[in-house]
Amino acid sequence: MHAVVAVVFLLIGGIGAILLGLTRWPAVHLLDVNWYYRILTVHGLNMLIFWMLNFEMAVLYFACTTLLNSRLASAKAAWAGFILMVVGGIMVNIAVFTGTSDVLVTSYVPLKAHPAFYLGIILVAVGTLVCVINYFATIYIAKRDHTYEGTVPLVVFGATAAAIIAVVTLLHGAVTMIPTFLWSLGVIETIDAAWYRITWWGLGHMSQQVNVCAMVSIWYFLGTMTVGSKPLNQAVCRSAFVLYILFINVAAAHHILVDPGVSAGWKIWNTSYAMYLAVLASMIHGFTVPASVEVAMRKKGHKRGLFGWLAAAPWSNPGFSGFFLSLIIFGFGGGITGVTLGTQQINIMAHNTLRIPGHFHVTVVGGTTLAFMAVTYYVVPLFFQRDFLAKSWCRIQPWVFGGGITMAALGMSFAGSFGVPRRHWDIDFTGAQFAVGFDSAAHLWLAVLGVGAVVATTGLFMFILLVVGTVFFGRSNAGRPMEAWHTEQSVAESTKDENVAEDEDHEAPGTVVLALIFLLTFAVYYFANWKWLSDVWEVR
Amino acid sequence: MSIYTPPANWFQKPKGAERLWVGLALIWCMIMFLAMPYWHFFGKQNSTGEGYKVTPAAYSQRVQQFIASNKVGDVNGMPVVEPAPGGDAYLQAQMWTWLPILKLRMGQTYRIHLSSMDLLHGFSLQPLNMNFMVLPGYDHVLTITPTTSGEFSIVCNEFCGVGHHLMSGRIIVEE
Repeated sequence: MHAVVAVVFLLIGGIGAILLGLTRWPAVHLLDVNWYYRILTVHGLNMLIFWMLNFEMAVLYFACTTLLNSRLASAKAAWAGFILMVVGGIMVNIAVFTGTSDVLVTSYVPLKAHPAFYLGIILVAVGTLVCVINYFATIYIAKRDHTYEGTVPLVVFGATAAAIIAVVTLLHGAVTMIPTFLWSLGVIETIDAAWYRITWWGLGHMSQQVNVCAMVSIWYFLGTMTVGSKPLNQAVCRSAFVLYILFINVAAAHHILVDPGVSAGWKIWNTSYAMYLAVLASMIHGFTVPASVEVAMRKKGHKRGLFGWLAAAPWSNPGFSGFFLSLIIFGFGGGITGVTLGTQQINIMAHNTLRIPGHFHVTVVGGTTLAFMAVTYYVVPLFFQRDFLAKSWCRIQPWVFGGGITMAALGMSFAGSFGVPRRHWDIDFTGAQFAVGFDSAAHLWLAVLGVGAVVATTGLFMFILLVVGTVFFGRSNAGRPMEAWHTEQSVAESTKDENVAEDEDHEAPGTVVLALIFLLTFAVYYFANWKWLSDVWEVR
Repeated sequence: MSIYTPPANWFQKPKGAERLWVGLALIWCMIMFLAMPYWHFFGKQNSTGEGYKVTPAAYSQRVQQFIASNKVGDVNGMPVVEPAPGGDAYLQAQMWTWLPILKLRMGQTYRIHLSSMDLLHGFSLQPLNMNFMVLPGYDHVLTITPTTSGEFSIVCNEFCGVGHHLMSGRIIVEE
């Protein structure tokens, strides 16, 4: 149910995406100023919160019931959480569409929205909390009833890490949103703008770490499903998840790097030690996931050269192509830009420019959304007992979506490097008191953004049509073994010879080369930004 | 397998390439960890976040005083104000203007104050691309030394209502 609702919110957000892309493309400039900000609010909330959270709840339920072979702790609580999330989501959408809440996803006070907007978000948060508690209860029941022996599978471990971060996130959300709701009703007189920003980002960025955790768990899941990979070293993978839980919360400080009233020491401390230990976790997953794929492919006999395994990988399987593209786009695009923008001083050149959405569109869209899409290609045949319609369309869908979003994000990042602000309707400043001229290259990059947005939303609509069509009209596959997208092995076969550890299981020379290329790219981009920074005015 | 329970002896030290990568990644993180404090002491661009609480009314009064005592001209009805080198300069953000136009000298250091009369605004200096937050209730002080000359635009880059895209200002730097 959560996944179905998630797809509906994805559709609303996707329609928003194409409208926004076509507005920021200066040659088209589609929406008027009011609708631009309204749709921007709709797009952000539906994509980043309602689509993501609902899908994550589906992932959690899948992890604790299917993978642990357990029953759900409470079906009633599951329904209650679900209904709260849906009602909250609808309330927020109505509040925004009626024009009373054009406050964007951050809703910074003292910019005021209709009370229904804040209440809707609170309901979504409470609903999510109910789901997460239900998840923990199910884990407990599974343990008590011995539905599994020993340690939980890695995917469940990752999902649990996501659930823990979600709880901390939601507590921040309560601290931020409840006073804000009261303020919108007039019960509380004023809310400090700086306080709001700090607590809001405790919610805002941490919620993205829930996405990262869920995404990485899905990477491991799909690695197993598509090529039969297994983690090289359970201890390393699990430690990396623990690093996320421990450190990611304070790293949200990087949104406040150019705020007044927050000391440099606090900024440096919170964005250095905490963020980099979380980055370390991502870099570990970024190695172990492809390495486990490489090892699995080599075991199957694809041993030619450094990258023979990669060339022979099942690229025509949307579960695999979606998963591996997600890994590459997230790592090279999102990871590198994120760390660089989060550097205290470099942030001066990036804060509130289009570089920021450039970063999070490759993490949350090219990374997380694509991974969620990829896993859907396995989950729909499993749960709805139907074969996918139009399989050749399914095969190209991850490429269209991944390619489009990469293009859009590149457009944003480079336009942002020329100083183009985010959340801005008209960078030509027609009618402004003082003319502002952006470099003509910025206009070119905004056109790239527009074209990328059209391609990516095409991929998104393809996905929705394929999923909805399959759920309603797909041929039933009941009673037959699930087809593993015509890859060389069926799922059952590819997951057979588990737990056989051999020494050559750790040989992954291709991945080592990829990882070193990644590190080099990272270092070049990082130090280039320091160089650019040294050219701007001196500031203390 | 990542979807099955691991064997009992799953807790093992990493080996081979994986161990090497964990080490390399850790070293890289340490380099980045040290880069920020290094720049703080030896670099010239650091946002220290100097800020004071101030009411919009009190701040507005300071801005008026600053304009009255340092005004040197007018452009499009907007006062042009030249603060003394080394002194304080005030900028007021309000839907949807930046008040006043500042005239600075290259190589001189100024304490530039930023505050908002209403909502959050973003101070974005173009085409240099330096960006800072402007919050109502806070006096954000930037100790700035212009190192290039010419006319610079101030753009608002935090959403502040439907006129957001019209909110622009000027800083003029003379050699």
